[in-house]
Amino acid sequence: MASAGRSSPAAAVETPSTTKRIEPVAGVPLIFELSSEGRRATDLSPRAAGERRGAEIIGAELCREDLPGFPELSEPQVIRHFMRLSQLNFAQALQFYPLGSCTMKYNPVVNDELAALPGLAGLHPATPAHLAQGALELLARMEAALAEITGMDAVTLHPAAGAQGELTGLLMVRAYHRKRGEVRHKVIIPDTSHGTNPASCTLAGFEVIVAKSNRRGYLEAAEVRRLVSDDVAAMMVTNPNTLGIFEPEIQEIAAALHDRGAMLYMDGANMNALLGVAKPGHMGADVVQLNLHKTFSTPHGGGGPGAGPVAVKKHLEPFLPMPRLKHSGAGYAFDAERPDSIGRMRSFHNNFGMIVRAYAYILALGGDGLGMASRLAILGANYVRKRLQPHFPSATGEPSMHECVLSHDLEKRANVSTLEIAKRLLDFGIHPPTIYFPLVVPGALMIEPTETESKEILDSFVDAMERIYDEALNDAERVKNAPQTLPVSRVDEAGAARRPILRWEKKA
Amino acid sequence: MRFMPHTESDIAAMLETIGAKHLDDLIAHVPANLRARATINLERGCSEADVVREISALAARNTGASGFVSFLGAGYYRHYVPAAVRAVVARAEFATGYTPYQAEASQGTTQAIFEFQTLITQLTAMEVANASMYDGASAAAEAVLMARRLMPKRPVVALSRALWPEYRATIRTYLSALDGIEIVEVPFDDATGATDVSALDRIANDRLLCTVTGYPNALGVIEPIGSITEKTHRAGGLAISATAEGIALGLLRAPGELGVDIAVGEGQSFGLPLQFGGPGVGFMAARLTHLRQMPGRLVGQTRDRDGRRAFCLTLSTREQHIRRERATSNICTNHSLCALAATVYLSLMGRVGLRELAERNVELAHQAAAVLEVAGIRRRFSGPFFNEFALKLANPSAALEAAERRQILAGVALGADYSELSDALLVSVTEMNHGDEFSRLAAAIAEAR
Ligand SMILES: Cc1ncc(COP(=O)(O)O)c(C=O)c1O
Repeated sequence: MASAGRSSPAAAVETPSTTKRIEPVAGVPLIFELSSEGRRATDLSPRAAGERRGAEIIGAELCREDLPGFPELSEPQVIRHFMRLSQLNFAQALQFYPLGSCTMKYNPVVNDELAALPGLAGLHPATPAHLAQGALELLARMEAALAEITGMDAVTLHPAAGAQGELTGLLMVRAYHRKRGEVRHKVIIPDTSHGTNPASCTLAGFEVIVAKSNRRGYLEAAEVRRLVSDDVAAMMVTNPNTLGIFEPEIQEIAAALHDRGAMLYMDGANMNALLGVAKPGHMGADVVQLNLHKTFSTPHGGGGPGAGPVAVKKHLEPFLPMPRLKHSGAGYAFDAERPDSIGRMRSFHNNFGMIVRAYAYILALGGDGLGMASRLAILGANYVRKRLQPHFPSATGEPSMHECVLSHDLEKRANVSTLEIAKRLLDFGIHPPTIYFPLVVPGALMIEPTETESKEILDSFVDAMERIYDEALNDAERVKNAPQTLPVSRVDEAGAARRPILRWEKKA
Repeated sequence: MRFMPHTESDIAAMLETIGAKHLDDLIAHVPANLRARATINLERGCSEADVVREISALAARNTGASGFVSFLGAGYYRHYVPAAVRAVVARAEFATGYTPYQAEASQGTTQAIFEFQTLITQLTAMEVANASMYDGASAAAEAVLMARRLMPKRPVVALSRALWPEYRATIRTYLSALDGIEIVEVPFDDATGATDVSALDRIANDRLLCTVTGYPNALGVIEPIGSITEKTHRAGGLAISATAEGIALGLLRAPGELGVDIAVGEGQSFGLPLQFGGPGVGFMAARLTHLRQMPGRLVGQTRDRDGRRAFCLTLSTREQHIRRERATSNICTNHSLCALAATVYLSLMGRVGLRELAERNVELAHQAAAVLEVAGIRRRFSGPFFNEFALKLANPSAALEAAERRQILAGVALGADYSELSDALLVSVTEMNHGDEFSRLAAAIAEAR
């Protein structure tokens, strides 16, 4: 079972599609199924003789009787259970993980150690500011670094993730207009945008207008001019966009928006293409969110935690969320006097543990290294695109930045879908690209190699893709039956939704 | 450039394949005026040793992180984190994967989330829990939005004034852009510190959307959730409970038992470091009938093609990547690895251990209150408490200063958030505190009087 998730590509390729796969060891039991009444994995120091129990002190009527079904295991059992579970995962540290839009770059391991330093991990958020000056200075330095990287004037580190950064930015835009006595109801979003953009608009009380990108895959300023009006509060643009194209008319778009008093919100999730290449602030962006768990290498954690700082131009600074860091003769502290602030988005200050990691990453690379990271990320995407061109042509003729979006004709030629290609890649020990996104490209494969993958890795990915293309034409069943080498075969996702089982329940 | 594996000849070969000469040829299409100003003016990169030196120096200046006896709580709690929790979350197989979109390649993560969902339903006695939210405050805000989707015609959101100030503030921000919402604050009883249930009568009508109540609340008091829920339901509204100290759920009656419709909270107490306030992990649990309006990711159990049990993300038609502007929430990345920490922590604590730990917190907190009382330092409120309580002091900031001189962080002054409580200091006691610390605290506070 341990090796089931990562058998060698060669072995995978040789698996004949007709033979029955060797049955892997049955799945890992649920933690609840390993339980035995009376087992325990923790000991408290004993209560003093005669001391009253907690339940007696506050009274039985406030207390529950039991925690039915809760696990009862020893420590070694708990460790073995989760270690075994870990072995069922693909992960960036284990294999190539070119999941487009997610920037699955290497996460420097020293950064986890640094976040765990007692002076950082053991710091309570209510610690008086004068006893937490190191942490506050780290935050101030990080704000300054992100302002420099983005070419913006002020930064908040408060939001917990990219989507919360989007909502923060949009609420600030809203507050800005209201402060000027204007109520604007609409936000323009291109058809290539990420799902969080329209969802954030709804939460921020805006109606979405969809802008069409042109046949070449980018936005024309003319389209923005056509849609913008005095009722438009902002436009959200992802740059490079989700096709991996730098928006060539971004400055004209910004001007078209500003002419009508609307703002340019830039979704900075794709900032890994822009470090030392172009700054959002210079493009005309009024507000941009960054995803530290993408560009700045904090581990994705199987779906978070991340952090979604927001950088703004001067005119939006008064509206930044609380709390705001300020500096005075007495050092750093948080500022509670901010009448125009949109308020708070969460508890306490920010996802400090992630900010420490990202700051350590910025220190390690420095200004020069960040610039090189983006260039090598762009090199990788263009290399893969060029090499795959014969069978997986690019969805656009425009140059790619840090990721490329490819399509294929296998659906037509062999009735093999993008999903099936993705599942077959798993047998090669490679995590598939993002698929079926952006929505404007049917059957899209969105590939983001990142700068931390070597040429050999990219070559082996290209080989696997070519191999799958051949298989699809000559032995489609093998592709359709993938994966064959993982702890489970194709998972019935439709079944999961049809009859939802969302928790374990004790058998009656 | 230790994270980038490219040799000079790799770069040359790749450029040749592409048909370019220089790396910068690949960005030549980016407008020249942008490229000309794009240089990042930060220090040059440095060695791992230099990075460690720099961050360690900053860490060392956080003198409040160690060497003090601490009674800080107010929404984030000092608990012992077993080494086993760190050993699991440090696994790169968990830490460096993305959201488990490819079920076959993420059975470890999806099964762990399924276990997390189950543990949260057991703790809250609810029927369904999601895969996590960012934190307790944003989970509370999302719970109100969920209530709004369930009953769009009802405008009144009733927040207990004794609900955590940061939760109230976050809810206000999240609701600020939505039309037709009226937020009202339900006062707390000045003597008991519990939400004034009779004050609910004034708003208990068909305009009431929901009540949101801390459990325990921001004054340390264990709220009469049952009565609040009953009044809320009688008006046809939804009762939301918000728990910042998750350990309390190991002992107190579960929100589900008390009729709560949506139970949210903060899971930091379940094995996460204080980390200056983040990342923690929000949890949300609800009734099955409300499932379709729940925000966030959900993992479900299913089968693979060979009939074996398997897990995958499910019911994603609620979510932003499918539903876009009509999604139940904009949340995408959540706090998965923190939810894993909580899953390991709760598995270790177990059915008996979690309750014992909760009881020990009650015992120590009451022991501390008794020691203070003997020294003439009284509690501000008479309501029942779990592991946190407010003291009545003429001058809380003088007490904080006196304590700090004796290497004690005595608590959090409530006056900053509650103008009417400028006489109150919130003290939190956990299993990390020892009996002898209570007399030191009493002596320090007595000195300030
Ligand atoms: C383009 C884009 N925008 C926004 C987001 C949302 O970021 P997060 O998942 O951190 O909320 C993502 C990532 O999922 C993204 O790819």
